[in-house]
Amino acid sequence: MSKPLLSVRDLNVRFHGERNASALNGVSFDLAEGEVLGLLGESGSGKSVTLRTLLKLHPPARTSMSGQIRVGDTDVMALQGRALEQYRGGMVSMVFQDPGLAFDPLYTVGEQIVETIRAHERIDADTARARALELMERVQIPQARRRLDAYPFEMSGGMRQRAMIALALACRPRLLLADEPTTALDATVQIQVLLLLRELQRELGMSVIFVTHDIGAAVEVSDRLAVMYGGRIVEEGSVADVVQRPAHPYTAGLLASTVVDVPRDQALPAIPGAPPDLAALPPGCAFAPRCAHASAQCREQVPALQAMAGDERHRAACWHALLQPAHA
Amino acid sequence: MFAYIIKRLLYAVPIALAVTLVAFLLVHIAPGDALNAIAPADAPAETIAALKAAYGLDRPLPVQYGLWLGRALQGDLGASIATGRSVTSEVMAAVGNTLSLAGVAAIIGVLAGCVLGGIAGYRHGGWVDRIATFISVIGVSVPHYWLGLVLTIVFSITLGWLPAMGAGPEGGWFLDGAHLPYIVLPALTMAVVPMGILTRTVRAVVVDILAQDFVQALRAKGLGNRRIFRHVAKNAAPTVLAVAGLQLGYLMGGSILIETVFAWPGTGFLLNTAIFQRDLPLLQGTLLVLCLFFVLLNLLVDIAQPFIDPRMRRT
Repeated sequence: MSKPLLSVRDLNVRFHGERNASALNGVSFDLAEGEVLGLLGESGSGKSVTLRTLLKLHPPARTSMSGQIRVGDTDVMALQGRALEQYRGGMVSMVFQDPGLAFDPLYTVGEQIVETIRAHERIDADTARARALELMERVQIPQARRRLDAYPFEMSGGMRQRAMIALALACRPRLLLADEPTTALDATVQIQVLLLLRELQRELGMSVIFVTHDIGAAVEVSDRLAVMYGGRIVEEGSVADVVQRPAHPYTAGLLASTVVDVPRDQALPAIPGAPPDLAALPPGCAFAPRCAHASAQCREQVPALQAMAGDERHRAACWHALLQPAHA
Repeated sequence: MFAYIIKRLLYAVPIALAVTLVAFLLVHIAPGDALNAIAPADAPAETIAALKAAYGLDRPLPVQYGLWLGRALQGDLGASIATGRSVTSEVMAAVGNTLSLAGVAAIIGVLAGCVLGGIAGYRHGGWVDRIATFISVIGVSVPHYWLGLVLTIVFSITLGWLPAMGAGPEGGWFLDGAHLPYIVLPALTMAVVPMGILTRTVRAVVVDILAQDFVQALRAKGLGNRRIFRHVAKNAAPTVLAVAGLQLGYLMGGSILIETVFAWPGTGFLLNTAIFQRDLPLLQGTLLVLCLFFVLLNLLVDIAQPFIDPRMRRT
């Protein structure tokens, strides 16, 4: 594998406040140029925190971060001030979960796209506006010219999310972070937006991190999947590996709890218990209290990610992995 | 947009009418007889009756109201019972004085409130926030006539820097060299309450806006703090404008104590005089003009809002 576009090493994020929460605990992963990584997990597993950390969006006063983030040759952790502003929305940009809340309600969609472009490039307003129009057409917004002058509240949810994507693509980012981009949308619109994202990704050759708790959506658009639990990546691998041969009991549980082929009168399979409290993580594996395979070792020591037999890039962090580890 | 403005203007008409009715009736409900003030206590019944007829006080109330309203619409608020001078000109002179005082006080109060509240909102939870909140609580709770007296003692009597009473010499602009010293103390005293209220409002609005997703989205798309501040300010503007408008309205009429402490010849001072002299026409006229000011200010604020917030342009 050539040098990855994004490389994250041992990322730790803690939030301070009335309660201190360990949101990320030693997250490491790579993302190749043009690759789509699906980040799966329940609420509070650290998916969104990971994305926000990549853009350094957490309030500095209440957050402590450690670890390494590199995008291309940029050391993201060291970025400050103007360089950080250029990086945000320039090299890496983000599509938010709820497009109804992610636009400033008092400016037109066009103004907000133009503002982004002009924050990164020295071009005049007319050129920027022409580019905004091009972007709106590219994300298949009908009557794009008219919609450029529309306020966010004048658009439907799906239209707004398309406009949000146009805004995120405004400065041709190499990495697009999509934070549950379809969760707030109607089911039919969800599929359209997913297909659009995949199409744009292929056309532009960008890398994408796609955060979702919808396994179906993740499988649809991703090349690789990473499953998060308690602020750690517990399993990662190709879509086929993770979905067909899950190695971590949590992944297996997550896959089993999707509503497919369950007879009507049968109880839906669910993972017992509740997600862990990030303010009081157990010393061992965070999933141990809910896991049927848990042993004393699980409760005492955090397992590291290790390669599974058959595919070096299929890795899981489990003392009792459901597959044979490559180096047992 | 145009339809909204027309609609809002039309709403103001019944409100203004209701205001005239209240201004007229309140004075009649109040105890005491206007004639006591001008007629001697032992005046014969015929004299009293003649006086009543002269001022139209012998007619039924609805007729009195109709006549008064009809004349008021033409700009005639009658003559003061105590001085015999035209109420309209007395009130207008007082309104001019109060407007300059309230205007200066409102500008000081609103500016100070926006700055303090803005800083507190941005630094909420920190020590700057606590200091600003403390100042605003003091501002809202301190009795302002007391503050006026203290300021007078310190700056006029002890230090002798500023005059203690009056609005300065006749004629000239109210902010020229001869008049400026007179307005400083009353304006500062008056600015304290709106400053406190604006600080609290701006702080709450800014905290609320900063917690919204779109601010994080603005940061994520690479905007600097200065540009983000412009978005925050614009989003805060409608609320701040509404509260500031109300405060200016209160200052126009609510300054009886301050104008009395500083002997400022404004509407508060005039109201005070009219009440003690039971000068019915003067009291009615002053009340009416003040209330109409309030209605007008609210109207202006309502009309200004949709220029800032596009969502309000849809009616």
